[in-house]
Amino acid sequence: MDTQNISLLEGREKQVYEKRAGGAEVDIACDKTSLSGSVSQRACVFCGSRVVLYPVADAIHIVHGPIGCAAYTWDIRGAVSSGPELHRLSFSTDLQEMDVIYGGEKKLYKSLIELIDQYQPNAAFIYSTCIIGLIGDDIEAVCKKVAKEKGIPVLPVHSEGFKGTKKDGYKAACHALMTLIGQGSTEGISKYSINILGEFNLAGEAWIIREYYEKMGIEVVATMTGDGRIDAIRRSHGATLNVVQCSGSMTTLAKDMEEKYGIPFIRVSYFGFEDMSKSLYDVAQHFPDRPDIMEKAKEIVRDEIRKYYPEMQKFKAALAGKKAAIYVGGAFKTFSLIKALRTIGMSVVLAGSQTGNKDDYRALKEMCDEGTVIVDDSNPVELSKFILEKEADLLIGGVKERPIAFKLGVGFCDHNHERKIPLAGFIGMYYFAKEVYESVMSPVWQFAPRKGGKR
Amino acid sequence: MAREGLTINPAKTCQPIGAMYAALGIHGCLPHSHGSQGCCSYHRSTLTRHYKEPVMAATSSFTEGASVFGGQANLLASIETIFSVYDPQVIAVHSTCLSETIGDDLQQITKKAKDDGKIPDGKYVIYASTPSFVGSHITGYANMVTGMAEQFAVSTGEKTEQINIVAGWMEPSDMREIKSIASLMDAKIVLFPDTSDVLDAPQTGKHEFYPKGGVTIEQLRSTGDSKCSLALGCVSAEPAAIALDKKCKVPFETLDMPIGLSATDRFIMALSKAAGKPVPASITADRGRVVDVMADMEQYFHGKKVALFGDPDQIMPLTEFLLDLGMKPVHIVSGTPGNRFEKRMKEILERAPYANFRNGAQADMFLLHQWIKNEPVDLLIGNTYGKYIARDENIPFVRFGFPILDRVGHSYFPSVGYSGAMRLIEKILGVLMDQQDRMALEEKFELVM
Repeated sequence: MDTQNISLLEGREKQVYEKRAGGAEVDIACDKTSLSGSVSQRACVFCGSRVVLYPVADAIHIVHGPIGCAAYTWDIRGAVSSGPELHRLSFSTDLQEMDVIYGGEKKLYKSLIELIDQYQPNAAFIYSTCIIGLIGDDIEAVCKKVAKEKGIPVLPVHSEGFKGTKKDGYKAACHALMTLIGQGSTEGISKYSINILGEFNLAGEAWIIREYYEKMGIEVVATMTGDGRIDAIRRSHGATLNVVQCSGSMTTLAKDMEEKYGIPFIRVSYFGFEDMSKSLYDVAQHFPDRPDIMEKAKEIVRDEIRKYYPEMQKFKAALAGKKAAIYVGGAFKTFSLIKALRTIGMSVVLAGSQTGNKDDYRALKEMCDEGTVIVDDSNPVELSKFILEKEADLLIGGVKERPIAFKLGVGFCDHNHERKIPLAGFIGMYYFAKEVYESVMSPVWQFAPRKGGKR
Repeated sequence: MAREGLTINPAKTCQPIGAMYAALGIHGCLPHSHGSQGCCSYHRSTLTRHYKEPVMAATSSFTEGASVFGGQANLLASIETIFSVYDPQVIAVHSTCLSETIGDDLQQITKKAKDDGKIPDGKYVIYASTPSFVGSHITGYANMVTGMAEQFAVSTGEKTEQINIVAGWMEPSDMREIKSIASLMDAKIVLFPDTSDVLDAPQTGKHEFYPKGGVTIEQLRSTGDSKCSLALGCVSAEPAAIALDKKCKVPFETLDMPIGLSATDRFIMALSKAAGKPVPASITADRGRVVDVMADMEQYFHGKKVALFGDPDQIMPLTEFLLDLGMKPVHIVSGTPGNRFEKRMKEILERAPYANFRNGAQADMFLLHQWIKNEPVDLLIGNTYGKYIARDENIPFVRFGFPILDRVGHSYFPSVGYSGAMRLIEKILGVLMDQQDRMALEEKFELVM
């Protein structure tokens, strides 16, 4: 079957929109579970929880269920730590048939005791997988018991795969974090302080961001969860402001912290010069009594852009007029990427996400050029079809999309777990442009049939 | 560390991914995961990382409702969606821990789909029960391959000259090599499953949803009339051969997967005998070249201690090959449970009473690392997850098995047959000699090796 000749999936019409002059108002039916039988690129509740909590490096993460869920999430996310690396190990209760029949509580209890004795972690996260919800293990009770015996927080994460979408997994993770927050002392925390939320330190990105803020004279209490530490999370309610990136995953936590501790939050993005600068200014604006913070922010922006601008012009000269397709997890990232691509002269012909909401898609429509296709929860057939139709030169996506782009003879940039270089911050924009340039302009394309077999 | 409940750094994964991999070896087949969306996504991602190829599979996308009322409605809806939108020849459904625990009966549901007219004429839905809490990815592979045999093979009563070769879990490159050997020998075979030209497809400027490779339905149907079956692997291939024997009276012989010299010798002889064809001179020459290199480099292998881990059908003949090379396999771990491994390993390791081996519960990378710390080795062989131990202990490391997430080559160059043996020799020597060069003192740093 040739992907060019496939019509849209039945029942998918409402999740695809093409911007046209005088066209209908965007009304994408998102927040929907995927159609049964579709080749969806989405994952599950467990995946959502696991990716959010995974970078907490001084905790053990134990996956309660059959072996697969632990095996597939073993060190697949390049969330780096400056110290302990417990998060890079894979722990599973490896439930067997008898456990499914008689329950896995005892096994979980024993596993926890063994692990805590061996690794002396600062906390333990227990992820429930699909069948835990069905066999009725009382995870809460086991966690309480072990916490009492071992004197560390032992936190259940209710992430049964089928109980919603990946977004519900984010919520379950936020809920677990919320139980930690407030347990530590806030003594000595500066009035000029923030928490960085939704930054996972892929390829060391959180370090870059943290350094900018610290240069501005701001104390970063906790990064959640990149290079995360339990103690920092426990005292994070002492910060003055929450700065939320990857809003899909962490807005729940920011809202909860606002409600419980009165900490306001702002949404930011660290991708692209424009949004990166804004995320420094927005934080500085929050501290009007300290004009030096804003001054410093301006200085950083000026210095950094000056440093990378000339290189960017070279990339832009080569990439001007090229077209990109974007299919990533969160919609907020899509906004930044559209701007970042414009900086290097590229336009966006397809923009989509796995988990955007109605407001996101409305905002997306505002930003996009005419003719841009907007999709929610897409699949490989659809993506291939639009990439060919719109003659994209680049796809930005994750692991499952990469080989599709290359088969089509289109460049690719991984903006997901598997990025090997930091894409956040000013330097990240430089790396992003460089990666896009290298992929789009790769010499391999002179040998490859491209774009549906046409050169 | 004493352990009762826990697996640390597993040397296995769950059944469904094996079923998905096997199903990709049928031409025009869309694997279907009957469970939560995450399962399908994880399997596709893992296979994509291993093969650097698009991997297509659909999912029932379970919701809370499905888990309360059963997944029948989801599966029926899926079957309809898949045939109308993705138009495969076959849907190969496998279950998951979730659908197994709620008690979905795939046989009954697929029958209902047929009765309700949801399966178009000339199209098929096959299934395999693959609960994640039993066995491993290898079990899932074996179950799906058995499903292919059971649900497709037809016996017309007239035997043909054809030989079935049931592939154990091996790479597309290995399957291509098996077919090439058979063709050199002029033996008429059908190999199933066959992921060559599916997961090693060329760049064409198109995304082929169903690449050109894979065993066809016609071929699978014809396996019932074949004169015999050769099952390459007692764990991952034999169950399908047994099923064919039961259903269509096709006698079978189980062989080790042809990895290394001795196992390849046995395979070549068995195929030659079954086909009634002599071994062609070119194959004999290939064998001679392997023996020649083994002799040339004998001193570099002798007495070197090796730790290896992976899937049973692969590491059993590999262990034998290491012994044939004069090496000492001292630690051997396989996460896949089952007593066939122990039985066969005991036979192979008769020459090596010093060896530690374990499979099943808690036979994981943590155990292997403990063993290596107690008795260090000169070489580690296994999948990508061995790289932590290799780095920690500064051990030369050959990547072999599934998954390999950090190198290419496994899908293009075979490990089976004489060319596979040659490749293994090259890889092993390469890392051993690189290590020797890296660690050598100035005065002992040799040019000629």
